[in-house]
Amino acid sequence: MKHIIAGAFAIAVLAGSSAACAVQPDEIMSDPVKELRARDLSRELRCMVCQNQSIDDSEAPLARDLRLLVRERIAAGDSDAQVIDFLVARYGEFVLLKPRLESHTLLLWLLPPSTLAGGGLALWLNTRRRTAKAQDDPLIKLTPDEEARLQRLIAAEPTPDKLV
Amino acid sequence: MIAEAGHYALVLALALALIQSTVPILGARWRDPALMNVARSSALAQLLFVAASFAALVTLHVTSDFSVVNVFENSHSLKPMIYKITGVWGNHEGSMLLWVSILALFGGLVAAFGNNLPLSLRAHVLAVQAWIASAFYLFILITSNPFLRIANPPIEGRDLNPVLQDIGLAVHPPMLYLGYVGFSISFSFAVAALIEGRIDAAWARWVRPWTLMAWIFLTLGIAMGSYWAYYELGWGGWWFWDPVENASLMPWLAGTALLHSLVVMEKRNALKVWTILLSILAFSLSLLGTFLVRSGVLTSVHAFATDPTRGVFILLILCIFIGGSLTLYAWRASVLKQGGLFAPISREGALVLNNLFLTTACATVFIGTLYPLALEVVTGEKISVGAPFFNLTFGPLFVPLMVAVPFGPLLAWKRGDLLGAAQRLTAAGVLALVAVAVVWAWTRGGSSLAPLAIGLGVFVIAGALTDLVERTGLFRVPYASAMRRARGLPRSTWGTMFAHAGVGIALIGIVCETTWNSEYIATMKRGDTAVIAGYQLTLDGVLQQQGPNYREMAAQFSVRLDGEPLGIMTPSKRNFTTRGMSTTEAALLTRGVSQLYISLGDTAADGAIAVRIYHKPMVLLIWFGPVLMAFGGMLSLSDRRLRVGAPKPARVPPGLQAAE
Repeated sequence: MKHIIAGAFAIAVLAGSSAACAVQPDEIMSDPVKELRARDLSRELRCMVCQNQSIDDSEAPLARDLRLLVRERIAAGDSDAQVIDFLVARYGEFVLLKPRLESHTLLLWLLPPSTLAGGGLALWLNTRRRTAKAQDDPLIKLTPDEEARLQRLIAAEPTPDKLV
Repeated sequence: MIAEAGHYALVLALALALIQSTVPILGARWRDPALMNVARSSALAQLLFVAASFAALVTLHVTSDFSVVNVFENSHSLKPMIYKITGVWGNHEGSMLLWVSILALFGGLVAAFGNNLPLSLRAHVLAVQAWIASAFYLFILITSNPFLRIANPPIEGRDLNPVLQDIGLAVHPPMLYLGYVGFSISFSFAVAALIEGRIDAAWARWVRPWTLMAWIFLTLGIAMGSYWAYYELGWGGWWFWDPVENASLMPWLAGTALLHSLVVMEKRNALKVWTILLSILAFSLSLLGTFLVRSGVLTSVHAFATDPTRGVFILLILCIFIGGSLTLYAWRASVLKQGGLFAPISREGALVLNNLFLTTACATVFIGTLYPLALEVVTGEKISVGAPFFNLTFGPLFVPLMVAVPFGPLLAWKRGDLLGAAQRLTAAGVLALVAVAVVWAWTRGGSSLAPLAIGLGVFVIAGALTDLVERTGLFRVPYASAMRRARGLPRSTWGTMFAHAGVGIALIGIVCETTWNSEYIATMKRGDTAVIAGYQLTLDGVLQQQGPNYREMAAQFSVRLDGEPLGIMTPSKRNFTTRGMSTTEAALLTRGVSQLYISLGDTAADGAIAVRIYHKPMVLLIWFGPVLMAFGGMLSLSDRRLRVGAPKPARVPPGLQAAE
């Protein structure tokens, strides 16, 4: 439901159900360390019947099943990576809120850094080109006559030291 | 009768918009002041008719006329009056009508207050506004008419979605739309400049107040929406990286970059190409947001395919306007003469860097939002991109940007002194390091990144103040004269200070909330006490209440700190009978800028209630920051320079003088 609120636009996509607690008291594991791991993992996993909600946020029955499954695997002694692998094998990559870096997600992962790098490079080259062009610009460069006149004027001007 | 009048007014507005889209352009081409002035009168008349149409829909909702489909589907006779009014835009058709009303409002404002604009520029700007308006009037009239009647009117309506029955709906969508649609003005100015092939500092001065106004509304709109989500949805989240939120964040990022470019254009006549591009981008991204949400493409690519009328129509509008303006840009941008030169280390250079980071951030949000859709359309593969992706890619972009923010205002135009600026920021840097050390010592053993992030926030705030101290000469000249200087400073300088400090404050709020948020989840019975962050919350009892159009179960908690009573909190669950839906009304207790937050879950057979209690330290800073940014924007907007308006250009083409 968060999207309902998130923008006025969202009104169109009303999922239309109640907001409620996600993690239920009866799901919580007795070992706080393991529970913390379960919560952290839950935030990375998508509730597949919701819009862009993690199973940690969602109150859908499926999300509850997944939360219990995550806790079951943790209780069985799986590492975090094993839990994730287990869920991906079962539900596909759609379950991951942070897609893995693979050939079909290459563009997704590489676009942000390459925009920054490419943009930075383009700006740097542009600045260099413009500075170089400006130095060659006859309007900006002084002619030899002007240069000589400038030198004469500077020589004629009393230096600040003499003024004191 | 009222519905038909509203419908008819909208048709007339379309007719006016079509005239406004063509006649002024011809007038500008033939240098005919009379034809160019058609833009002004038709923009004002258009505003009148759209306002009449909007007023008609409001009247229908207020009087609960269930013979109109839109009212029947979204209203209920027992609904409180405020929600009858806000319900007007709590649905697709009504919100589109609000969209065009605000568009017409902005067009009317340009027409009414644009007397100091060159005639041909005003004609072009209003014509471009009318192109956009025509497209959206057609969209409403063809696919989303809010004035349709039902043959056999039912006696009662279906009620508005309960989640939307909140004061947030009264404020959030209009604010957001004022922001989105406000960017149409800078878009129209940019397209007009490209058509005319002329853009100068005066142009920037005309565009800046409009952009600033749109940006202020968008900032407040996003912050307001975030706070609404926080208290209404019941799990205390305030930003979800949801596509709909991203749709509002993208124009904001582009708009922020645009604002900074406009400063350079106005002061130094440089960054023209950036300014035009960002004007186009900011509004294009607003249109993209409209498409994402209105087409249903987000729910599922398949839902879009099964009922494509609306989606395809908006996609078409999107392609025409974004494609058209970018083509025009590619074709004409080279005509715009490059303005003042500057060294890489200069205020211009700093602002270019700012633009680079903001546009990259924008591109990140863009790809993260659209990539899953594109991939599914192209290959059929389904992937999810959610908060963990954005936290990893978007977050790091802001670190260098935040480090750079205090340097910008301290650098001189054209050629800046980075070392000098760094020296002047020594005090701010020391303050930041002290903050890091204090926070680190205080939260020993906790996250190591959080103290650094807080240090960064402190650096941004102290840096913003440093600029002010430098300009007033505080600590260097006598206090009285520093105060005199402070009063004499342009308001835009104060605006910059507040806006930049707001960024730092929001960062501190975000870091504190995400790092030290504590949570208590349990089932509680009457008399049970929960302890969280030192607070004791006792469940005193549960009571049933009847609201106007819902039944409510409220739990009463008394809150104590070290035995001292602090107050009562009553979270509740409301059940709306008409739609059979329930909402969770969280209870909030504010202590300084921190909050206690309770939301209720299900009730067990034995009467025990599932309860979630959060302690959210410094959470209010997350929204206080944007409010401060918007306040800075308002100060800047009230700057004398912008109030007085742009000076007339020295040379007016002779043929146009008579009309001025």
